[in-house]
Amino acid sequence: MLSRVAERIYWIARYIERAENSARLVNAYTQQMLDLPSGVEPGWRQLVDIIGDAPAFDEHYRSYDEHNTVSFLVADDFSPSSILTSVSRARENMRTTRELLPTEAWHHCNELYLQVRNHAHEGIPRRGRHAFLKDVIFRCQQLTGLLAGTMSHDTAYDLVRLGRNLERADMTTRIIDSAIFILMPRQRDPGQYDNLLWINVLKSSSGDQMYRQHVRSRIDGAAVVKFLLQDRYFPRSVARAVAEVEFSIHHLPRNEAPLLRILELRERVLMAAVDDMSLEAMHAFIDKLQLAFNLVHNEIFRTWFQIHHPAPRTRTAGMAHA
Amino acid sequence: MSIDWTCYDARGFYDEMIASPGRPRALAQNMVKHLQALSSEEIRARQQAAEAAIVKMGITFTVYGEGGNIDRAWPFDIIPRIIAAREWANTAAGLRQRVQALNLFIGDLYGEQRIVRDGVFPAELLANSKNFRRECIGIRPRHGVWAHICGSDLVRDDQGTFYVLEDNLRVPSGVSYMLENRVLTKQVFSELFTDYSIQPLADYPNHLFDMLASIAPSLDMFPEIVVMSPGIYNSAYFEHSFLAQQMGVELVEGSDLVVSDDDCVYMSTIDGLQRVDVIYRRIDDLFLDPEVFNKDSTLGVPGLMRAWRKGNVGLANAPGAGVADDKVVYAFAPKIIKYYLDEDPIIPNVPTYVCLDKAERDHVLQNLDKLVVKPANESGGYGMLIGPTASKHELEEFARRIKADPRNYIAQPMLKLSTVPTMCGDRIEPRHVDLRPFVLHGEKMYVTPGGLTRVALRKGSTVVNSSQGGGSKDTWIVNPEAA
Repeated sequence: MLSRVAERIYWIARYIERAENSARLVNAYTQQMLDLPSGVEPGWRQLVDIIGDAPAFDEHYRSYDEHNTVSFLVADDFSPSSILTSVSRARENMRTTRELLPTEAWHHCNELYLQVRNHAHEGIPRRGRHAFLKDVIFRCQQLTGLLAGTMSHDTAYDLVRLGRNLERADMTTRIIDSAIFILMPRQRDPGQYDNLLWINVLKSSSGDQMYRQHVRSRIDGAAVVKFLLQDRYFPRSVARAVAEVEFSIHHLPRNEAPLLRILELRERVLMAAVDDMSLEAMHAFIDKLQLAFNLVHNEIFRTWFQIHHPAPRTRTAGMAHA
Repeated sequence: MSIDWTCYDARGFYDEMIASPGRPRALAQNMVKHLQALSSEEIRARQQAAEAAIVKMGITFTVYGEGGNIDRAWPFDIIPRIIAAREWANTAAGLRQRVQALNLFIGDLYGEQRIVRDGVFPAELLANSKNFRRECIGIRPRHGVWAHICGSDLVRDDQGTFYVLEDNLRVPSGVSYMLENRVLTKQVFSELFTDYSIQPLADYPNHLFDMLASIAPSLDMFPEIVVMSPGIYNSAYFEHSFLAQQMGVELVEGSDLVVSDDDCVYMSTIDGLQRVDVIYRRIDDLFLDPEVFNKDSTLGVPGLMRAWRKGNVGLANAPGAGVADDKVVYAFAPKIIKYYLDEDPIIPNVPTYVCLDKAERDHVLQNLDKLVVKPANESGGYGMLIGPTASKHELEEFARRIKADPRNYIAQPMLKLSTVPTMCGDRIEPRHVDLRPFVLHGEKMYVTPGGLTRVALRKGSTVVNSSQGGGSKDTWIVNPEAA
């Protein structure tokens, strides 16, 4: 498979997953803000910080109010991380790889794009936000299911799974971070709302039921973080997504370097002593993980996507054929 | 209510199906009988079924400058065009003759230039040729063939005689639509295929693959062939993708390829670099290699010309082949055929005035309102003057242009193009058509049975280009014994 085509397929999966998780993140954050009594909310700037695109935001907006931040994450075409941007990039990549993907997937992706383009503005005011975001999450899930259920699980699908899970691992850490951001300023005064907040985090990852079935303890911060970081069975946990990335890399050719990176990352995730971490330590740990995801991506890029410029021919007289 | 063929009147034009109101030509009788048996509702339902299939199959073409919505559904008319096999055999022989002679001509221009020395082709025409590539002088591609894929446009006049209107030797497009049109007709009029014995088209991609394999640098059993496209924003991207898919080869863009310092071409894959033997390139010469041609081209591959000159990669069509794709060269085609093959042309040219010649230029300027004027190197029907319908201002403008750059213009009499019955809303009316057959020339030659029929959908119009309101039809080469 051509490197360029491989890269496009990988990015289709990443952008679809990114759109879904951005919807989950905005939804989770909104729910948290609704549950907190007025006066203790940390404000909306955090939402942009979690995504890590403050410079792009500052170029277009002066105030970090609810409307601006939500619009930036949902509907703005100038925002590098809005849902609209993600789905339109997924669609552009799919337009040029139509031969390799099921036709229904193209139709569905096209519909997803049209839906977001035509209705994103309805997702900005609180009244329509939940319904809009739910719809985006559902449509992304459909697309993911369509690819899983109709594509041969060959190299092209390995790339889909690779992109989807690397993005998912990264976004799950950001969703955890969203709770830490809210808790950090008031950890000296742990409130009655903290458990509520962790429940919202679980719900935003569709993990509340699975948590209860598998963890079987009362909901508290460390246990939730452990579940979302280290659970081996929950499909949106970081550990599970990393395992899927590793599985996909195994199937691809010339995989030594990326495999090494992902194994390092897996160790780091599984060995983390979450119980003993302060909120600051947890936030710092998540930052490091996000850097590590980037390193994995860079290795994937170098190995499979970069256009290979041939090494200069060696002119030293080697051993002649005897 | 069914079609009333007694009202169908081509008004002095040669209609290919109906000889005179109510009287179908011999080969068309079955078709007319069949159409007559259908009610208007049934015919409309079939046209709608075809249009729905086009959307579903994603058959599109791209129009520049329409903003976001750049892909348009392919305009297709369900009534096929019928050509007798015996007549076609002669036309196909004429196309072979023409392409063979043009390839000898191109090879001569980049070699000894005998035709110029012998005074048959004027040196000054060559000196001012836009598509003559000095970089190709002295090169001899495999089999001596430069134009491997040719699409010559044919028209019939009011006597029904075929003429060559122009030769497309650079990157002719349309063959995918020819193939898809047949697929559509099989869906819409499957019952007619039992009444007629129609020469099949579906193996074109195999012929194309074999032709490309025959120009590979070595006699490898499994040469690596690729289709090279400028990308999704090109108007023919659908076709690039279609042909790659049909041949089972990679669709590459310039950035996928590199030329190593062994002067061989490689493509970058997830398995590493892989040698490429033949490139069916669908980008113009000037964008092929920024080391040699347009320095700013990001579509091409640095070093590609180097690899080709050394014989390490086959390029179809060869760089420089476009020198014969010039409407002034076209005017010389009969002389070119005579010179290299010592034969008379089987298919005549449309009479053509070359404005470079003083006497011919004066005739053109005096009769501008009766002629069609074409620039030497435009395609897609752009930059033309149609004298009889032009405004006074346009006539003056073209007179000025011709005087300023006579080398760049030819003129032809207004042709009375043939018509075929075409669905126009709820009615069937005569509309003008042309025909683009495709000729493959590698180790062997192949001519498509029929080709892409383009139809000018606007009443009275002769402009068939899809970008300017043209449609298309399936074209049947029919063996008479079963008709």
